[in-house]
Amino acid sequence: MKIHVRDFDFYYGDTKVLHGINLDVPERQVTALIGPSGCGKSTFIRSINRMNDVIPEARGEGLIEVDGKNIYAPGTDVVALRRRVGMVFQKSNPFPKSIFDNVAYGLRIGGVRNKRELADTVERSLQRAALWKEVKDRLHDSAMALSGGQQQRLCIARALAVDPEILLMDEPASALDPIATTKIEELISELKESYTIVIVTHNMQQAARVSDRTAFFMMGRLVEYDDTNTIFINPKEKMTEDYVTGRFG
Amino acid sequence: MKSPRPAQRGEGPEIMSYATRRKIVSRIAEVLCGVCILLALLPLALILFYVIKEGAGALNLAFFTHTPKPVGELGGGMGNAIVGTLILIGLAALFAVPIGCIAGIHLSEYQGTRFGSAVRFAADVLNGVPSIVIGIFAYGLVVLPVKRFSAIAGGGALGLLMLPIVVRTTEELLRLVPPGMREGALALGATRSRAVFTVIFPAALPGILTGILVALARVAGETAPLLFTSFNNQYWSTNITQPMASLTVQVFTYANSPYEDWIRQAWAGAFLLVMIILALSIVARLAVRRLERMNRA
Amino acid sequence: MHVQRHFDRDIEEIKAVLLRMGAMVEEAMQQSIRALLDGDLAVAEQVIANDDRIDQMEIQIDQHVIELIAKMQPAAGDLRFVATVMKITPELERIADLAQDVCERVIELSHEPAIKPMTYLPRLAEDAQKMVRDALDAFVRGDAELARKVIRNDDVVDQLTEESFRALLTYMLENPRNISPAIRLTFIGKYFERMADGATNICEMVVYLVEGRMIKHSADPS
Repeated sequence: MKIHVRDFDFYYGDTKVLHGINLDVPERQVTALIGPSGCGKSTFIRSINRMNDVIPEARGEGLIEVDGKNIYAPGTDVVALRRRVGMVFQKSNPFPKSIFDNVAYGLRIGGVRNKRELADTVERSLQRAALWKEVKDRLHDSAMALSGGQQQRLCIARALAVDPEILLMDEPASALDPIATTKIEELISELKESYTIVIVTHNMQQAARVSDRTAFFMMGRLVEYDDTNTIFINPKEKMTEDYVTGRFG
Repeated sequence: MKSPRPAQRGEGPEIMSYATRRKIVSRIAEVLCGVCILLALLPLALILFYVIKEGAGALNLAFFTHTPKPVGELGGGMGNAIVGTLILIGLAALFAVPIGCIAGIHLSEYQGTRFGSAVRFAADVLNGVPSIVIGIFAYGLVVLPVKRFSAIAGGGALGLLMLPIVVRTTEELLRLVPPGMREGALALGATRSRAVFTVIFPAALPGILTGILVALARVAGETAPLLFTSFNNQYWSTNITQPMASLTVQVFTYANSPYEDWIRQAWAGAFLLVMIILALSIVARLAVRRLERMNRA
Repeated sequence: MHVQRHFDRDIEEIKAVLLRMGAMVEEAMQQSIRALLDGDLAVAEQVIANDDRIDQMEIQIDQHVIELIAKMQPAAGDLRFVATVMKITPELERIADLAQDVCERVIELSHEPAIKPMTYLPRLAEDAQKMVRDALDAFVRGDAELARKVIRNDDVVDQLTEESFRALLTYMLENPRNISPAIRLTFIGKYFERMADGATNICEMVVYLVEGRMIKHSADPS
């Protein structure tokens, strides 16, 4: 198991938003987190790279292990963790820099100065993110000039450049048109050959299309976690059935 | 569109008259707005008109290259005052920009802290302090101890005037940077300070620069704080520990004089001041446009 | 908070049409049995004439289901329902066709010497009809237990078919003039056996609908 979660609770101040989550994410597979708004799926995915640390008075209790190491143990190097656990956000967030500088950002703050190495990694990352062909002639143009779908793929390339093992995607296609969405989904299927992917999505069809495993969250609890086929064809819990058939939401 | 209510008691014509009344009210509002805009722009137009009419004619090469002549002699120029003004606003920027930007970063990064609120309140109060009071403050702090007017004191006073503007624009513009950018940087393994200095601050830079240039343009036109600080100087001087001439003080002095030639030169100085401020504004625009090419499509 | 879904209305509509179709299929079966036992040719003709309407209903259900898949992308229970309907309707249509085949053979038999008694055929027909009726009931009620019972009964029907064939074989051996009608009756026995197979298939889908388990082609249906 790449990620191992046991009895994980999460609090915003006095409000408990995640209740005893138990979940194992297998390596090199896509695990989808679904559930209605406010069910805790985003909070959960942001716990895996400790992005929630930014929020004052937010704290997690319990165990989240990445490769067998508790990431909430005291003395954990959060910066190192985030370089192993990349993240792509709902709203594409390219920096107001050139395409090249965006992809090279993670490398540069990691101390890479060698121009050759930078250029090679940028090209490789853009290729992996299926963006290279579209931008190779304008690497030094502003990333802000790209379309929404290209920006999102740029953000994926940027995350891949630091060579993470896990890729967290928080509704990566929810702001994109159908064609751009399809491209991202295709990309996810390709990336799972090399990366462990956890994706939060509001779009149940998307979860059904891209994931191997699906976890259904509801009111801060993990209701059901199983093979995606089981969740979408024959879920065991009534709540899951009601959610995937649109009776609830 | 149909009226949702059933038509009764000849409502048709009433609706018509309502529509007509609405159009009339709309028209009146439009005209009123137009008049107000004209009233607001009229003084500006008049100022520009007079300054150009009186000032442009008085400009000549000597005005830019010569120092003022003693009373009674014709000719001379404000060359030293032009250089002085540039040095003074340069000093002001040197003083206000680093402190202002860093304070602004602090305010936007530590929102909601008690200290942050205090700093923000202080900046707002400072922004409201009359410039002459700032001048007296700099006089007391710098001029009195060394018993000499100096450009440093003048630049400091101008910088103090600029400071709250720089602090608040920096803060506001940093806050406008989408939070997603910070998250993006953090998710790539950037520390908080790294994220601020490599992503957030650069993203806000075009706007911050505009703020700085606008603040510079504002203080370039200040006279009162300079009267107690850099004072005036009849001679060429680039020594910042000495009194220094400035366009505003020179214009102030000449405009109050009974001599026709000085008054003429005061107009020219005023004209040049307006032009410098205009140039700063244009530079601000151009610089921002260049920088923003990375920020926008 | 529960949501009122368009989907539920569609499901109800499809169910209603499917049940009307089921009722007509049952009736066709019933009538074919009457035609066989009473030699009632008028009833036989009527069954043959009615088959068109059943075919039309199959098309109607198919179209509705395809539209539903296109528009609603059903999941979980909805998905299993839609899949079940798509597999049940052809079975029903085939059962109606088989009833029609029975009636055609009955009409042919009227020109030939009668074979009496028809041994196991009446029981075979009754059993097959009961299986079809129970299969439809199991579908309507979502009763996997009943469906399993029907599936187990298929062996009995197969047995009856075999015994009916052996009995008819003795008739043929006794008298060559019996060969032609006995062969037609053998066919009829086979038709009822296939109707029972149809009921079994329906029931397998009912178990899938209710439990999400594919029991088709597995030795142990429980």
